[in-house]
Amino acid sequence: MTYTLKEMMALAAARQIRNQDIVFCGTGISMVAAMAAKHIHAPDATIFFETGAIDSCLKDLPLAVSDPRVMHRASMFCSLADSFGFMQNRKTGQNIVGIVGAAQIDPYGNLNSTSIGDYHAPTARFPGSGGACDVACFVNNNIVFMKLEKRKFVPTLSYRTSPGWLDGYDSRKKAGLPGSGPSMVITDMGILGFDRVTRRMKLDYLYEGITADAVQERISFDIDLSSARPFKPPTPEELNVLRETIDPEKLILN
Amino acid sequence: MHHASNHKITSIEQAVSKYVSNGAHLSIGGFTINRNPMAAVHEIIRQGIRNLHVYAHSNGQGLDQLIGAGCVSRLEIAYSGNGRFAPTCLCFKRAVLERTIQVEDYTNFQMALRFLAGAMGVPFLPTYSSLGTDIVEKWGFPDQIRLDEPKLASKKLVVMDNPFSRDHETEKLVLVPAIHPDVTIIHAQKADATGCTRIEGLSFADIDQAKAARHVIVTCDHLVSENELRKDSGANHLPAFCVDAVVHIPHGAYPTACFNEYDYDAVFLEQYQQAAGNDDTLDPFFQTYIHSPADHAEFVAMAAQNRLESIRANPVTGYADRMKRGA
Repeated sequence: MTYTLKEMMALAAARQIRNQDIVFCGTGISMVAAMAAKHIHAPDATIFFETGAIDSCLKDLPLAVSDPRVMHRASMFCSLADSFGFMQNRKTGQNIVGIVGAAQIDPYGNLNSTSIGDYHAPTARFPGSGGACDVACFVNNNIVFMKLEKRKFVPTLSYRTSPGWLDGYDSRKKAGLPGSGPSMVITDMGILGFDRVTRRMKLDYLYEGITADAVQERISFDIDLSSARPFKPPTPEELNVLRETIDPEKLILN
Repeated sequence: MHHASNHKITSIEQAVSKYVSNGAHLSIGGFTINRNPMAAVHEIIRQGIRNLHVYAHSNGQGLDQLIGAGCVSRLEIAYSGNGRFAPTCLCFKRAVLERTIQVEDYTNFQMALRFLAGAMGVPFLPTYSSLGTDIVEKWGFPDQIRLDEPKLASKKLVVMDNPFSRDHETEKLVLVPAIHPDVTIIHAQKADATGCTRIEGLSFADIDQAKAARHVIVTCDHLVSENELRKDSGANHLPAFCVDAVVHIPHGAYPTACFNEYDYDAVFLEQYQQAAGNDDTLDPFFQTYIHSPADHAEFVAMAAQNRLESIRANPVTGYADRMKRGA
């Protein structure tokens, strides 16, 4: 069975979503993952968007979190402030899974989606936090999506847009942040986790046919490769759902 | 019921020239590719208004066009992407890299709280969001701007200890300042002549943006009677006394989406993206689509060509579920 690494990435994220989860979904491949989870193994998972659509029944793949497709058969609509409020609300916040992307990540899972170089005279500019910093601050299970590239996995960030585990150990708690740092980073070659004590990035899973050295080659800082184990490749059923049901036009999985 | 003298119906030319002056502090409704007040954005560009200070959460297409046309000098913003159409909006990116606008970065929740504070009439609201990040550490505007411009808050934000903490527990919070735009412009599906407004589908932060502003312009796809809106009052979003001007403009959010009315025009948004990368292509694009058409209806006819039917919303789903969006 042939498949693309983008398809593997989407399915790796989909498999993290459980039936009882409330999924805070961003733009792009995370929408594919959330839709896939609902179609494959977590039909009762609740998908919601920062734009205020709660429990959307996605029929057609949205191309933005404001796409009217996110409104399809939602249980209710609320405001931006309400939507982010659900994440830090003491009753509902614990059950929320966040999925976010970024331009750069550091060894402790802090994210940059703002700029590179001097903030006042940057050499590259990205869209900014959007809701990503809010998600990273509040939720206990935040999943990061990143393509493995040396310029994306860097030792230090020019701009820390969203908090990960800050400087490791208990620095996040000391800073006064609720929630937890990222639980994992899903890449196009494998899945990275964070050491339970130091909170430094390590390699947890490798996709079929990928070596640990190949992953390390695409990261500009050293990570612990010793606990890497193989990740189950996509099943024909999973791929079929992605290709036939969720993104037949190849809008995201192109 | 209101008398005829309370009627606020006007033209987009008059509404913009009355309420959007050079240097005005502006916010626009909508979110990325949805329900941006595009007819009003085009009118601001046509009138050549300059030095706008814009407050934005994720205002997408309309904001990027205002930046591209040189109308904006300062921006407080959370997100400048446009979904799959632009990971980072091109005019925004160019303006930041060429340093033709000054930018201050916040998060979407913070911008939502700032509009809510403005709507509530309190000077700030607290959140945990952005503790430990450069959103707290790195400020975009020089201090002098804050001193010279009385409409701006004296600080980007303040980190303080929770004054309600017990014992020796310290708990930090980020206080974000209220926003009071001179004018907020939103596009809604329905409004009546008095200004009572109903948004269908997601309202994003439009309601708080409107309540926080000194003046509000509502453009609408349908101008309806007071009686129609009063049959289901719970579905309405703004009372007449919040609104200064009502402009009836069918397809007023086009090329962005308007739930139950029309979808975004993926083809035209892509054409914009192709043009927005440099001024040599953007200037003629604006000339053709903004300066030349006699009115918004002529623009829509020219831009959408034969696609108006294909972007028409299916009444069951609220969007054009058969629209082809791929290459």
